[in-house]
Amino acid sequence: MPGKTLVEKIWDRHRVADLGDGTDLLYVDRVLLHERTGSVALKSLGEAGRTVRNPAQAFVCMDHIVDTLPGRSDDTLMPGGKAFIQETRAAANAAGIQVFDLGDPRQGIVHVVIPEQGLTLPGLTVVCPDSHTCTQGGLGALAWGIGSTEGEHALATQTLAVRRPKRMRVTLTGALAPGVTAKDLVLTLIGRHTAAGGSGYVIEFAGPVVEAMAVEARMTLCNMAVEFAAWTGLCAPDDKTVAWLAGRPFAPKGADWDRAVVAWADLRSDADAVFDKEIELDCTEVAPVVTWGTSPQHAMAVTGQVPDPAADPDPNNREAQRRALAYMGLNPGDRLADLAIDAAFIGSCTNSRLSDLRTAAAIVKGRHVARGVRAIVVPGSMQVKAAAEAEGLDRVFLDAGFEWREAGCSMCFFAGGEHFGAGQRVITSTNRNFENRQGPGTRSHLASPASVAASAIAGRIADVRDLMD
Amino acid sequence: MEPFVTLTGVAAPLQRQNIDTDAIIPSREMKTVGKTGLSGGLFANWRYADVAARTENPDFILNRAPFRQATILLAGSNFGCGSSREHAVWALKEWGVRCIVAPSFGAIFHGNCVRNGILPVTLPADAVAALATAAGQATSDDPAPARLTVDLRQGLLTGPHLGSDPGTYPFTLSPADRDMLLEGLDAIGLTLKRLPAIQSFEADYRAATPWALPVPTL
Repeated sequence: MPGKTLVEKIWDRHRVADLGDGTDLLYVDRVLLHERTGSVALKSLGEAGRTVRNPAQAFVCMDHIVDTLPGRSDDTLMPGGKAFIQETRAAANAAGIQVFDLGDPRQGIVHVVIPEQGLTLPGLTVVCPDSHTCTQGGLGALAWGIGSTEGEHALATQTLAVRRPKRMRVTLTGALAPGVTAKDLVLTLIGRHTAAGGSGYVIEFAGPVVEAMAVEARMTLCNMAVEFAAWTGLCAPDDKTVAWLAGRPFAPKGADWDRAVVAWADLRSDADAVFDKEIELDCTEVAPVVTWGTSPQHAMAVTGQVPDPAADPDPNNREAQRRALAYMGLNPGDRLADLAIDAAFIGSCTNSRLSDLRTAAAIVKGRHVARGVRAIVVPGSMQVKAAAEAEGLDRVFLDAGFEWREAGCSMCFFAGGEHFGAGQRVITSTNRNFENRQGPGTRSHLASPASVAASAIAGRIADVRDLMD
Repeated sequence: MEPFVTLTGVAAPLQRQNIDTDAIIPSREMKTVGKTGLSGGLFANWRYADVAARTENPDFILNRAPFRQATILLAGSNFGCGSSREHAVWALKEWGVRCIVAPSFGAIFHGNCVRNGILPVTLPADAVAALATAAGQATSDDPAPARLTVDLRQGLLTGPHLGSDPGTYPFTLSPADRDMLLEGLDAIGLTLKRLPAIQSFEADYRAATPWALPVPTL
């Protein structure tokens, strides 16, 4: 009998019942909510006359709708936004669920705050009505996005009925060239295998590049698993994971910690474990990547030229590419690195952790944002913000002409408040370049924080390697 | 939940790949905490020439006869990718959609459909494309090319005859999803029947992994 994959080990440990036909009832260790989708789950649960089974295992983050402007309050630029904030808070308080609220020094984006607090641990199951819950797989947890109705189910029962996914291993070999980050790798992967390439799979990211990667970079890698249509992604925990978690507020202490570390050592796929699909990516050849279109699969090296739809043999691809070019205001053959930008955004659950801000600040330091470019940094959490300020990163950004914001999801998406404007070309460290994602008509180019920083300085999409020492 | 057994209706061709939930309902259209009042925001950026004034875009398929009455969508691959927002499904349902046929779906969206009585049918890309091409020929005088029948009990979709094609397409759904749709089951109620098993599991789990539970209060 073959060995087990990492996912099977976590899965088997959480199986409450086999529901037959490939579906299991899984125990859920942590239920996370935010004011955008969690509000509906809590409200609907109450309307059905049901209660939260284990309030201590649920947490609410205020991140999606709250303003990130200095001096913020429950009032927000998004029409109707205040009701989401206040109804979520009231429902959470009534249910006895802890809220990382506005004014709390721990507030921020759920996928940044929860790991940072030591609430997500290797081998745990974590769910949230938010598609980027996969981010937390970077710590070796099985963490996946659900809908609001499933959120109600998890709150009421501490379980979810889940169909066993197919297993894929993505092995990252070789080594990263200077200027190339986890974001560039995962965009390359999606570009090669399409935005539907991971459909039906849970993906284990493995190989020497993942082992060499910092924990926060692994979270970036896993964050984009949903953009690959995967059910979720994760990385096996290792000594770096243990070191990253040690001493965090909610992390186990004393003898519990010692027992946990011993148990986590087994959280890896056995050598003879079998995957349904294997993909390998030689990272040595990967360059800094920027998207040109309106799907994360429209990704290419920053040195590349926008494709000609006519050259694609698939009529569906041709049509999708034509639409994307029209929306993005581009022509076949345009050089990505020649495109002038209007704005640059560093933030989101993909790339707003301290390491991201350090990387961007290293590029920005001693330079200035190009004339006419609006540049914004939004730390992922108030703790990231405080840590960045303690080492002077805020001054680096402010001196260069960036805005320095309070923590939150901010302009990763447009909810009716702030946006970049129609026709504006934005380079952004976020995860989605969908039509209208950052505002009606806004043209979003996804890239790493380093590439965003370099482009803000250059005033056009830039190859970060040109600005590195 | 309203059961889904069979459906006969007009299918609207929406042959774009990777139609994301932001496109199905933009974030700014989710104006109140709740599951209703969302259909006006359905496909808002495509459906309206002027979103604020709600001026219709006559070129958008759902604004044209006979597709205004569509209860089925014929979509491209990876339909419903992106954000987990269940509002996308609530908006579709409120507008009148009961079934979506596509080569593949976003995973969270697929689950959200089943939990709200919308049937997601996965068919090969060439089959969906053929049905969409046929549906595109439909007019208000002759909606027949767009008329489909979906029978969940038999797992069979029946469309117009396409050349030598018999016009029937078998499909499968996981038995759990199928039962939930056919019987309009309340998933939480079903699981709560297993509460003793959950409690028993939890007691063992807490004993074996004391670092995971209970969560400290801070």
